[in-house]
Amino acid sequence: MIWEVFRQERKGQPFQHAGSVAAPEAEFARAYAHEQYGRRGESAALWVVARDAILDVEDFVDELGRNYHRVDGYSLKEKLKEARERAGTAVDR
Amino acid sequence: MNEQELLSIADDELVLGWRDSEWTGIAPVLEEDVALSSIAQNEIGHARALYTLIAKDPDALALDRRPEEYRSSALVELRFVPDWARTIARRYLYEHADAIRIGRLAESDDKAVAGLAAKIQREEAYHLMHADMWAERLRDEPRFRAALDELLPYALGLLEAADRPALLAATGLENVAPIERGRHDDSWPQLWEEMTMVRRSEPAGVAW
Repeated sequence: MIWEVFRQERKGQPFQHAGSVAAPEAEFARAYAHEQYGRRGESAALWVVARDAILDVEDFVDELGRNYHRVDGYSLKEKLKEARERAGTAVDR
Repeated sequence: MNEQELLSIADDELVLGWRDSEWTGIAPVLEEDVALSSIAQNEIGHARALYTLIAKDPDALALDRRPEEYRSSALVELRFVPDWARTIARRYLYEHADAIRIGRLAESDDKAVAGLAAKIQREEAYHLMHADMWAERLRDEPRFRAALDELLPYALGLLEAADRPALLAATGLENVAPIERGRHDDSWPQLWEEMTMVRRSEPAGVAW
């Protein structure tokens, strides 16, 4: 069984993924995480979570290419160029 | 707490650290390899700290004595690799006995001794947790039960007579005749030979 370990470097800081440990049950996971991610004083606290308990969300479909939902999807430069051409004020660069 | 008793505890910690570190690289699973190696290293660190209370040069105490001068119990000298059941049975019995005697040190009138014991206690709490979780898991294994029966007499010998009932209470085991400290295991001289070899081979006057 795999357990994901999140490590807080100092009190008040966010927990960040540190790695994982293999352990048959919660008590072993706790002990192994303690040794592997805490024995050099590199952590103020750990979260140890059964990998099975983590909900995956990784499906981000964008079939219609609606890139205007994104900040980088709306390029003003191109639109400006087209507008200038229509108005006959295009400048050569 | 006299110096000989401190030395006994320090020698136990050192030799158990040596024996448990024989699992480094070959423990049953990688996580256990890291955990047990780390625990073994802690024990050697405790030995070092205790030696420092007794003498200026901990290395000299740890490595320059003749094998017969060490006060370690045969319990920590026994060679168990590759027997995991006995390795865990020893860890379990040793940690519970050690918790009792370090608890005694923590009550010492000698401030240096009491202070160090309190520090050691904080690390030993994790050793105890590690030993307990394994003991719980192996509880119904006949090999583990047999190992407990085999090693309990030695574990009782680590403690003063007055403290022995506390070990039985902590482990739930039946009382047996203790094997007192004083007779080294037959495998001890070879372990000593190996662990002090580099130290003994150093040219005169070398400083690490």
